[in-house]
Amino acid sequence: MASSFLSKLSFWPRWFWRQLTSMRNALLLLLLLAIAAVPGSVYPQRSADPNGVAVFYDNEPELAAVLDSLQLFDVYTSVWFSAIYILLFVSLAGCVLPRTKIHYVALLAKPVQTPANLKRMPEYVTGTGNETVLDKALAVLKKRGFRVQKQEGSVSAEKGYAKETGNLLFHYALVGVLIAVGAGGGLSFSGQRVLVEGDTFVNNLASYDSFSPGALFDESQLEPFSLTLDEFDVVYDLANRANIGQPIDFIASITADLGDEIVTDEIRVNQPLAATGANVFLTGNGFAPVITVFDGEGNITFAGPVVFLPQDNNMTSLGVIKAPDAIPEQLGIIAFFYPTAEKLVSGAYTSIYPDPISPLLTMNVYTGDLGLDSGVPRNVYALDTTNMELIAGRDGKAPAIELEVGQSAELPGNMGSVRFDGLLRFASLDIAYNPGGIWVLVFALLALGSMSVSLMVPRRRVWVKVLEGGKIEYAALSRRDDPDLPNVLQDIVTEIEKES
Amino acid sequence: MTQVVLNESLSQFSLLFVSSAMAFLALALVLFSFQLVKLSTAGDEIVAGKADRLSTSERAGFVMLWVATLVLGAGVVMRGIAAGRVPWANMYEFSISGAFLILLIYLTALKIRDLRFIATFISGFALVIIFAAVSLFYVEVQTVMPALQSYWLVIHVVVAIMATGFFSVAAGLHIFYLLKASGKAKALFDRFPTLVQMERVAYRFNVVGFVLWSFTLIAGAIWAERAWHRYWGWDTKEVWTFIIWVLYAGYLHAMATRGWTGKRAAWLGLVAFLSVIFNFTIVNLFFKGLHVYSGL
Repeated sequence: MASSFLSKLSFWPRWFWRQLTSMRNALLLLLLLAIAAVPGSVYPQRSADPNGVAVFYDNEPELAAVLDSLQLFDVYTSVWFSAIYILLFVSLAGCVLPRTKIHYVALLAKPVQTPANLKRMPEYVTGTGNETVLDKALAVLKKRGFRVQKQEGSVSAEKGYAKETGNLLFHYALVGVLIAVGAGGGLSFSGQRVLVEGDTFVNNLASYDSFSPGALFDESQLEPFSLTLDEFDVVYDLANRANIGQPIDFIASITADLGDEIVTDEIRVNQPLAATGANVFLTGNGFAPVITVFDGEGNITFAGPVVFLPQDNNMTSLGVIKAPDAIPEQLGIIAFFYPTAEKLVSGAYTSIYPDPISPLLTMNVYTGDLGLDSGVPRNVYALDTTNMELIAGRDGKAPAIELEVGQSAELPGNMGSVRFDGLLRFASLDIAYNPGGIWVLVFALLALGSMSVSLMVPRRRVWVKVLEGGKIEYAALSRRDDPDLPNVLQDIVTEIEKES
Repeated sequence: MTQVVLNESLSQFSLLFVSSAMAFLALALVLFSFQLVKLSTAGDEIVAGKADRLSTSERAGFVMLWVATLVLGAGVVMRGIAAGRVPWANMYEFSISGAFLILLIYLTALKIRDLRFIATFISGFALVIIFAAVSLFYVEVQTVMPALQSYWLVIHVVVAIMATGFFSVAAGLHIFYLLKASGKAKALFDRFPTLVQMERVAYRFNVVGFVLWSFTLIAGAIWAERAWHRYWGWDTKEVWTFIIWVLYAGYLHAMATRGWTGKRAAWLGLVAFLSVIFNFTIVNLFFKGLHVYSGL
């Protein structure tokens, strides 16, 4: 009774394990993994395109909420996607571990007993000779890399153990990739920093504009180094009329203090700077006009370069200035920068070339409450004008302010004045490090190499048998499809007969 | 990056060569189709007499196919010289280089194995690719943006094209396998290699394609690490590269799984190949991602 109950109890787990580790189900899990990956290319993903998710929410809030509850914006970290690949890897382990044991035994074992009836082998030829053929067969097959054994009246040989070794190694390497991806992701970090020409970045958490650490990241991982953006250059294609205005190179000239040495270097797209414990990548750039704002009493309430975000290919750029200390009222400015300005028929401006040939700055000026005292964090690139009044700008009391480099202008109503002092460029830098990356590469290359060996190397068995009456039988067998097998056996036979 | 002076008149010559290659391909396709018709209607005299000898139309077809390949190759090389770089930096260039490599891989493989029976598929497929390239994907020769100025453009993309070439030949074999296995047009398909032979050759091509595809994936990750500061970020193109890899891994598994070889494996290989095509067309043109080099 008890034993039958126990066997019933263990029936389902055993059944489940057998199902999971069967080739058929490994195959189904693979196909399922491929299908499960598809939605991640259809819907924007938080990891790759957080802005796309926000836009989706704005456009279709109800659908977005449904998709989000199904984790369709985080497909590759979702419960269901993870479940599939974890099951797949468990299935892989359940399949590969027993095979490793079998293969280990096979590696130590001698070639198989020569079958009684060689005529049934896929390749079979006969010749003539006597017992001495066996010694020659031993030598020839050994020279060809076969593992050989002389048996009673026959030679049994086998070759191509690397096929299974490679196959097993490939699967272990995939496990290695998975572990390296996981561990590396946990220890990694990446952060962004916008740096205007002349500015210096010091590698500590406070210096980052945004920072995303892995789950296992520790602040002490940040190695001390600093980096100054000396100059930022954009090279435009001037040689080809069809491509005028197309940038062909972005060059951030920097001076880095790496602790033990100070280096000057260039960071470009595709050419990051290798600093201590981090790589610095160039991901974006734009203009940073230097602007001074005076308030109604003549005090400087703002001075310095302002990062303007590019809006189009000709670098029409948008910037925001906030002067909360201005007297008599707080000042807010939404400004447009046109590197090469051209006036449209409508009176509005546009930029017709991305390099500053005739730069122009236009400003819409607001007075009132900037809303900075409410304690709500505010985006530095956006101005909340709900409690503000437009005093200069299109549709305002006075026209928008227009400044060329070096010019200044009074604000209406004695609210102060603004000055366009000069023009700098900024670079957006990503500072990132993933210690797992190199291990992912090592395991991926191991997987590639072992897979190639496994798929290209044939596993072959060859037998040579002496029959009574001076007849010799040669036979060969391959584990998988092996179109060269007839030729290989023929070569071996020719070689053995030549030696005789 | 030094200034590259584009040679626009040479790129026009290149376009002329690429377009003429279409005419030769079309001729080859007609001749191969004619050969298929002849085979399916011929009586026993061919079998008894000269089954292995190339008929006139087939021989003429292969001459046309070689001419098409050489003319197309000249067009591809000229495009590269005109642009001052490798000719595979946008969809048009990727397509013409891809068609050239498919033809070259097929014609080379023909020296080793008898693959004449998929000649219609190969010439037709190359024709469709070039037609799409010239009529839909064509862009004037351009300097490449800084993100693409890397020697990984040479390695990563050329291996991707080669993988696609091997997958294409295998896909042709899958199609003819499934046609033959359906049991229709027996008179014609009886003259083709056996199902087992077709399946084995298709497997060979898919194996080479799979190894190359894996290499493309790794090379792409190394490049992504340098250009985008992460080796993998589930960009739409990365997603589809992964899906294709998994599907072909599934195909290889199927070929080692009892009950899954034969028709099922052939269908799986075909689905995987359709994903390659989908990745190159729909994903490039309509999906948002970092691989925005289509230039359309």
